[in-house]
Amino acid sequence: MLTPQGLRQRSDLLQAIRSFFLERDYIEVDTPLRLPVLIPESNLVPFASEDWFLHTSPELCMKRLLARGCNRIFQICHCFRKEEQGRLHHSEFTMLEWYHKSWNYFDLMQQCEELIRALARRCSTAFGLAQVDTLQWRDCTVALTPPWERLTVQDAFRRLAGKEVGEVLRAGNFEEILVTQIEPHLGRQRPVFLYDYPAELGSLARRSSQDPTVAERFELYIAGVEIANGFSELVDPVEQRERFVKELDKLQSVGKQGALPEKFLAELHLIGEAAGIALGIDRLCMMLMSCPDVRSAVPIFFEDL
Amino acid sequence: MYTASDLRKGLKIQIDGEPYIVTEFDFSKPGKGQALYRTKMRNMITGVQFTQTYRSNDKFDRPNLEERNMQFLYAQDDEYHFMDTASYEQIFLTKEQLGDNLNFLIDNMEVQVLFFGDRPIDVTLPTFVNLEVTVADPWAKGDTSGSDTKPVTVQTGFQLQVPPFVEKGDKIQIDTRTGTYITRVKE
Repeated sequence: MLTPQGLRQRSDLLQAIRSFFLERDYIEVDTPLRLPVLIPESNLVPFASEDWFLHTSPELCMKRLLARGCNRIFQICHCFRKEEQGRLHHSEFTMLEWYHKSWNYFDLMQQCEELIRALARRCSTAFGLAQVDTLQWRDCTVALTPPWERLTVQDAFRRLAGKEVGEVLRAGNFEEILVTQIEPHLGRQRPVFLYDYPAELGSLARRSSQDPTVAERFELYIAGVEIANGFSELVDPVEQRERFVKELDKLQSVGKQGALPEKFLAELHLIGEAAGIALGIDRLCMMLMSCPDVRSAVPIFFEDL
Repeated sequence: MYTASDLRKGLKIQIDGEPYIVTEFDFSKPGKGQALYRTKMRNMITGVQFTQTYRSNDKFDRPNLEERNMQFLYAQDDEYHFMDTASYEQIFLTKEQLGDNLNFLIDNMEVQVLFFGDRPIDVTLPTFVNLEVTVADPWAKGDTSGSDTKPVTVQTGFQLQVPPFVEKGDKIQIDTRTGTYITRVKE
């Protein structure tokens, strides 16, 4: 739990995020948290609310606003994911999500870099935390000076685990190797964007035009911690439906229910080219404010309710 | 049965027929991927530690663990014999199994013995025990060395630091979790 001083710092960071986007001609939106149908995602467990669900991210609703004609939107909201609890996880957490039409994932990496540098500057000038363009978290001193490293998933697996991505996907231990052998080394000296994920691990991301086996998706890592996940949006309703059906099959194979978000699919073709990104605010505050875990970076932790 | 999402520090589970306690735990879920439950565990019988990563679908049996109130009777060679205070059943644990508990164990002491099935595997002593001081240097009045403790030996052979006023023949209370002096006991 944060002290009154910590709460002021977190509030200041939230305001700085809003200023950053408003200065760049984004509009802030606030979409419903409670939805009748969610994106079919076999790895996420939602909380039921009557016969609807608490959203696991604002993605569905925000993309519908893009389809309606919005060009740049951002949202700061709470998301809910059952059974996610740990040093870096909280079942109810605060997410920043933003979308920009006509952009691709490389444009978003650039803007994400600018945002975090602006927030770190704010921390050092307003609260005297760390030095300008440096982030201190646990045993890492991370230099935020650009350019940040960009590393493909394939290179990361070859370099840090000595393995081919195709091989670990077939063996079914992609996540395990990522967590144990790769993540701990990512972004220790400066932040790194891990990008070009296997296509099957980017359900809502566009396939690369150069290599259809990868999705135009990235994750930002700082000091070994995953901070943000972004991608060039898949806007082909036929391909999106096929991928959702695959996820529904996976859900059914483990005895879970799901449904297709039909209204979303019906409007998807109206979006055109766009890119979107979700960033964990609690984790970012934890790092910028040098808190050891997410528990100490939130106003009230669930165990204290 | 437990599932992986029940894992947390301190949970006791059974793997390959043996009881384990989770000593470290971390949850991770890289990029909306599969949930991974990383654990460090200690075998409750052998003490051997290992690390293992589990997934959501993994399941574990609950070990059949039971604590029983028992009284320490006597030691013969390396076997330490205890009696169940309810059923009068007698069992023994080895010197190795008792480890540091021997620093505080005296005849007739009532302890908790942990059973895995019908096999005794561990002992929990009372948090505080009263033991007699058997060796202590006299306190020299006017000692200005600045030291505010001195070493003594208690009836089990265990040595610890105590305040200077403690003398041979005194009974003192000791915290068995830390092995530190608490107070002198008047009897």
